[in-house]
Parts: sequence; structure tokens; C-alpha cells
Amino acid sequence: MLFLFTGLITVGFVLVITAYLFISGLPAIKEIGIKEFLLGKRWASSASQPSYGILPFILTSIYGTAGAIALGVPIGFFTAVYLSKFADKRVKSLMQKAVGVLAGIPSVVYGLIGMLVLVPTVRKVFNLSDGSSLFAAIIILAIMILPSIIKVSITALDSVPEEYEQGSLALGATKIETVFKVSVPTARSGIAAAVVLAIGRAIGEAMAVMMVSGNASSNMPTLFGSVRFLTTAIASEMAYSSGLQRQALFSIALVLYFFILLINAVLNLILKREHH
Amino acid sequence: MKLSLKRKIYMFTLKAMMYISIILTTVLVVFLIGYVFYKGLPNISWKLISTSPSFLSDEVGILPDILNTLYIVITTVIIVVPLAVGAAVYLHEYASNKKIVAMIEYASQTLSAIPSIIYGLVGMLCFCQFFKLDTSILAGSLTLVMMSLPTVMQTTLESLKTVDDAYRQGSYALGAGKWYMIRTVVLPNCLDGIFTGVILAIGRILGESAALLFTAGFAHVINGYFTGLFSAGSSLTVALYVYAKIEGKFKESYAIAAILMILTLLINLLIDKIVDLFKRKQVKEKESGR
Repeated sequence: MLFLFTGLITVGFVLVITAYLFISGLPAIKEIGIKEFLLGKRWASSASQPSYGILPFILTSIYGTAGAIALGVPIGFFTAVYLSKFADKRVKSLMQKAVGVLAGIPSVVYGLIGMLVLVPTVRKVFNLSDGSSLFAAIIILAIMILPSIIKVSITALDSVPEEYEQGSLALGATKIETVFKVSVPTARSGIAAAVVLAIGRAIGEAMAVMMVSGNASSNMPTLFGSVRFLTTAIASEMAYSSGLQRQALFSIALVLYFFILLINAVLNLILKREHH
Repeated sequence: MKLSLKRKIYMFTLKAMMYISIILTTVLVVFLIGYVFYKGLPNISWKLISTSPSFLSDEVGILPDILNTLYIVITTVIIVVPLAVGAAVYLHEYASNKKIVAMIEYASQTLSAIPSIIYGLVGMLCFCQFFKLDTSILAGSLTLVMMSLPTVMQTTLESLKTVDDAYRQGSYALGAGKWYMIRTVVLPNCLDGIFTGVILAIGRILGESAALLFTAGFAHVINGYFTGLFSAGSSLTVALYVYAKIEGKFKESYAIAAILMILTLLINLLIDKIVDLFKRKQVKEKESGR
């Protein structure tokens, strides 16, 4: 009986989180109007005529995640292929440890390096007045999702049966052709899972992004402009907000939660297909 | 064997991509670790880690943040281990209803996908406001319990699966009850799994900041454990964020970053060692079994 209770506690946590997000997130959406809220282009929560449109935040989160994936996935993928199929054992194990460290570095440390090294570099290279931008956030996010892409892809590539590869080699294909035309397609659902996992990581990251993205609330996102993500929108006003403004922050969390549930559902679909 | 030009270009391109990627990844790791140490280590002083911040001389001391981090780790681990081990034991030893098992696994997967900022919000609403704990180490720790539960549960589950069924049957044959069997035979045999989970969880707790921002707060006051539990306190990560982003104290921020980096390296080293030990043990058991 006691074990049933501890077993169900994960389910309980999920229910509590979902319930809290709905109960505290829905009132503001109702008051603002769902269309105004989701598609409104202006967020001015502390103006005398407040306006609560979160389209800029939604777009920033989508662009930021897409950019990080476009940059991080190829690098992570090719690194994983090299380590799984070409590197010798010692190099592979050393690099896997290095990637483990990369995964363990706290996001505020990424944020610090981003803020003090990356942002000034971006400012100089692109000749901007301020380097804090969507672009800087994309680079930091791309680095932060690398470990999960590499780890999950290596696992998928390692589990490709050797016979497949030997068959291809015996037919006269070179090692590289074999790896990319036989092993990679065989491991594709594992690699897809890695990408989806990375999307979840990127869209949920708050602190590192907060430190490099400039955090201006009113702009529609541009690559080199100061932007605010869904996550940073919550974090940046939580400390001092009250009333409808505070409730609207919970509504933003609810929107973010929907994105996460969607991504999770896609991940499940991929994993299920793999089992069949 | 002669290869056509097309094939040669195809192979050359892929090879180049792989080399570029592996070099980029390597440079990145080396740079990140090296740069944080280069900038941070010289700024770590005995004074920094043994004092509280002083407003009079505008000097930063991070002893309170170190203590708070320690309190948060201890509290979270103490609460999460029984819950997670219980959940894993239920799933592997007791559960017979497949629907419930699937539900629990789905829930645990969802929990590990939820971003920490959402944990922070819910923790604030639930523990700080509903349970009236205010902004406190305890509220922060409870929030992290929700977050780290799936990790510990998963590793415990993995190691429960490796306990040979013969042990269980042997124990039953000697007349042991189920709970007695689990307590004396199964659990001692999966201590390494529990331990791995705890270390992984500690790694996550040490690196966590967004979930603690609104649940454990920003205070830098030295407290004993039990007073500390019920008062607000900033972890090392939150302190780093505040010093870097809000107060512009970069030297101290780099020093904290270097300390966090050392902890990250230690944790990774520890996990490698445990996994190695674990594997060796399994091999030995297989050999002696045959």
C-alpha cells in the first residue's frame, strides 16, 4: 500500500503541476482574451494602459530554438557519428566524458561566459551597439543542447547491428558510405529522439538565455535585436509583479507548458514507433 | 578499386564535416573549462569562501551561499531517496497493473521534460504560498525533490532489473516474506543504482538556478541547518546570477563559476567510477555464476 503511494507520487506531481498552471494561468487569459494574449504584438505590462500580447515571446522562443537546432544538430550529429563509428576506443571514451562535463555545467556558468565573452564578441564582429541579442542566445543554446544530441545519437548509432554494416562493406561500399547510407538510416529514430529532446531543452532554458538576450519586452524578434523568450518573460517580472500582470506571467508559463507537452508527445510517438 | 569522382566528393565532404564537428566540440569543451579556471581560480581566496558579504566594505563573501547550497542538497536528497526508491520498488516488485505502470512511466518522463522555470513557479505557488513556507530553503528543496525524483527513480529501477531472480526465489524458499526479501536481499544489491541516482541528482541540484530563484530566494545570511531550513537563502548558482547580472561583480562571479566547475568535474568523475565499479561487479557475478 505504501509502495503504491510512492509509486503514484510521480503521477501526483504531474497532476499538481498541471492543476496549478491551469488554475493560475487561465484567469488572465480569460480577462485579456485568448486572441489578444497569444497574437497580441505588444507587451507593456507596467504601462498606464497595459497591454499583454505575448506573440513576440512565442516567436522569440520558436526562432531561438530553431536556430539552436539548425546550428547544434549538425555539429552534434557529425561528432556522434565520428565517435561511434570512426574514433578509437580511448578517444571515444575520453570524449564521452568531456561531453558529460559539458552537460553538467550549470546554466548560469554558460550565461556568465555568454555575457562576458560571447556578447562583446558579437558586438565587435557585427558592429552593433549592444551584443545582447537573439543571435547570442542561439549560440549559447546550440552549445547547451550539444551534449544531449551527442549522447543520444551515440547510443542509437552504437546499437546498429554489425551485420548490416558488414553486409554493406562486403558489397563494395566504403566505410564512410556504409556508415552514412546504412548505419545512420538504421539509427534514424534514435537520432530523431535526440533532436526532439534538444528542442525541449532549448525552449525551456531560462537563466543562460536571460543573461545574453538583452531582454527588451516590446520588440518583435530580430536576429541582432534585444529579445525576450517565454522563459525569460516569466523570470524577469516575477519578482515585482502583482495583480493581472502577475497572473499573465502564469499564463505565459501555461503556454510554455503546452509547448513542452507537445514536444513530449512527439518524443513518445518516435520512441513507440521504434519499438514496433 | 577505383572510385568515381562523385563518390570521392561525397566521401570527402562527409569526412570534412565530421572532422570540423569533432574539432569544434573538443575546442569548446577545452575552452569552457580552461577559460572558467583561468578567470576564476585566481579570484578564489580564503577570504571569499570564509566570510559573508559586507555592505560596509562592499566585499563579497560566499560562505552563506556555500552553506545554503549544502543545506539544499542534503534536504533534497533526504526527501527524494525514500520516495524515488519506493516508487522504483513498487514499479518493479509490486505493480501488476500494466496501465498503472505505463501511467507512472509517462508521468516520470513528463517530469523530466518540464523546464526548471516552471518548477520554480509551481514551487512558489504550492510550497511558498499554499503551504506557507514562504521563500525558504525548505521550499526550494521540495521544489527540487519534484525535479530530481525521475532521475533517482530511473537509476534505481535500472539496477533493480539487474538483481538476479534467483536471489528472490532463494529468499522466498527460505521462508522470507516479500517485504523482508526486498529489504534484505533486493535493496542491498542495488545500492549502486541508488547511489548513482543520488550523485546525478546532486549534480542537477548544484547546477539549478531557475527553480530556486523564487522558492529559496536571494539572502546571504549564515544560518545553522534548522534555522536555515526555514529562512531564505541563495545557492551558489543564484549568487552567481545576482553578482554577474545585477551587481556587475565579475571577478567574484568567475570565482563562483570556477567552484561550480570543480564540483561538476568531481561529480562526473564520481559517476564514471561508480559505473566502472558496477560493470566490473556484473562481470564478476557472471563469471562466478558459470
